[in-house]
Amino acid sequence: MPQFNEPSPLEVKILTKRFQLPNSASIDTYLATDGYKAFLKAREMTPEQIVEEVKVSTLRGRGGAGFPTGMKWSFVPRNSPKPKYVICNADEGEPGTCKDRLLMEFDPHQLIEGMMIAGLAVDAHKGYIYIRGEYRYLIEIMDKAIAEAYARGWLGKNIQGTGFDFDCYTHTGAGSYECGEETALLESLEGKRGVPRLKPPFPAVSGAFQSPTILNNVETYAAVPAIIRDGGAAFAALGTPKNGGTRLFCLSGHLNKPGVYELPMGFNLLRMINEVGGGVRNGKKLKAVIPGGSSCPVLRADECDIPMDYDSLAKAKSMAGSGGVIILDEDTCMVRAAMRLMKFYQHESCGWCVPCREGTTWLKKILVRFHDGRGERQDIDMIGELSKSILGRTFCPLGDAAAMPTIAFVEKFRDEFEAHLNGKCPYGQH
Amino acid sequence: MLLYAQDEVGQVTEELIAEVASRCGVTPLQVDEVVGYYTMLHRKPLGKFHIQVCTNIACMITGGQELYEHVCKKLGVGNRGITEDGLFSVEEVECMGSCSWAPAVQVNYDFHHYMTPEKLDALIDAIRQTRKAQ
Ligand SMILES: Cc1cc2nc3c(=O)[nH]c(=O)nc-3n(C[C@H](O)[C@H](O)[C@H](O)COP(=O)(O)O)c2cc1C
Ligand code: FES
Repeated sequence: MPQFNEPSPLEVKILTKRFQLPNSASIDTYLATDGYKAFLKAREMTPEQIVEEVKVSTLRGRGGAGFPTGMKWSFVPRNSPKPKYVICNADEGEPGTCKDRLLMEFDPHQLIEGMMIAGLAVDAHKGYIYIRGEYRYLIEIMDKAIAEAYARGWLGKNIQGTGFDFDCYTHTGAGSYECGEETALLESLEGKRGVPRLKPPFPAVSGAFQSPTILNNVETYAAVPAIIRDGGAAFAALGTPKNGGTRLFCLSGHLNKPGVYELPMGFNLLRMINEVGGGVRNGKKLKAVIPGGSSCPVLRADECDIPMDYDSLAKAKSMAGSGGVIILDEDTCMVRAAMRLMKFYQHESCGWCVPCREGTTWLKKILVRFHDGRGERQDIDMIGELSKSILGRTFCPLGDAAAMPTIAFVEKFRDEFEAHLNGKCPYGQH
Repeated sequence: MLLYAQDEVGQVTEELIAEVASRCGVTPLQVDEVVGYYTMLHRKPLGKFHIQVCTNIACMITGGQELYEHVCKKLGVGNRGITEDGLFSVEEVECMGSCSWAPAVQVNYDFHHYMTPEKLDALIDAIRQTRKAQ
């Protein structure tokens, strides 16, 4: 078993409430702690009422884009004669993000129940959980939970005599960040190379196997049972307006107590660093924070007194993304950080469209050159210009995900790029 | 399916591709195209213990890069290199979803968190010891 961090007393445990229980992953523990009650309650509701409850909760997608979940579900044409699918994105590839694995390891039934309720809402009877290949042990845990649910009549035909059928399967990835993008995931699920599809049509209309499909992140589905059980309004009240509930923040980097912590939406970032994460380690000063996974533009230390929710971060021209909060101390070389991230995007670009494939390759070359002490003054502007020419010109948002943080690195830390011009890193890191 | 097949055979071979193609009712070329895309599918053999070191951002700033260089030096191999006895191979990998417990290493499918060069040395030595004992 891998080692994880200790919980923090400041946490508000809704999705993680079972994590500390013995055998938290077993169906007995789940049933003894309100498990599958939300499904039975949802079964008494109309699909419209379920979608409405999720809308009231102001739950927004925890996978990256933050799209309102209730609205996404309402786009599915319920009376389409085709089968419909509920798909869970457990690819968890965004650097800085490591929460979905905990939700699957410690409470797999919560995820299954969330997907079943989604099935009720959109009239789907099949669910797929797409899990990244590296998480083999989690595939085993999910498969075991699914088998338990079948054995106890919580999956399969006529679930608990309610007349509702639902089947659930796991599917493995095989090492590709791009397969976390929703349409690339669908391609991969169908057994192909994981390259994105042109949208529209959106997956809600034509997704897996050309059928209406809803696709959400693990944490998004995991929040659904609590919303149905305790009501959308109660969930919404935990967070800030339009940013309901709690979320699992993954604190990483130069902290005394990095870890995954469940906190209300809108929790102040400085408090998160100092009170939950135990402050910057080795008594160093904070330099910057990447607030929502590597694709989100970096915040300077003076921008960090901010509520961590989608709208506040958007106002600060960054993003809440996938909840990966990466803390960088005063000794971090930003050129090295920008270079390493561009290496990642270049490696993971699927090559399907030219601006992303070529753009990330050129940006990587320039940043590596800079990093190696062979940068020239004109390169600094070129990095910014090239990044801007990728924005909005690609099939999927991977191109933007590479460009946006790079633009922010150059704009906010231009002095550090200039300091590298004499061929040496001022931090002596390379 | 390909990943599970690879786990059984050790690497993606021509026979494996042909077998998967016939079971899925597609051409070997279609399978080949898929194999080329995914980084976890390897056409070359790996060590019995494949040591994957994350050097992405959260791990990099907490010592992942040094860890990677350390293990390469210790085993005398480069990226995706394999030791002469075929016991170990090393790969520099992207974020593996262990950022909050960085730096992270994965040996085959097992995760190891809060890694240090000393802990990694101990892990490698322990594997060698048990292999010798067998
Ligand atoms: C390149 C790329 C990688 C992504 N990786 C993931 C991922 O690993 N996990 C995830 O849940 N969403 C990921 N997303 C976001 C998905 O496309 C999609 O928006 C999300 O799964 C929708 O679920 P949600 O509404 O519950 O957030 C990624 C997006 C892009 C562009
Ligand atoms: S950055 Fe290394 S596990 Fe995420």
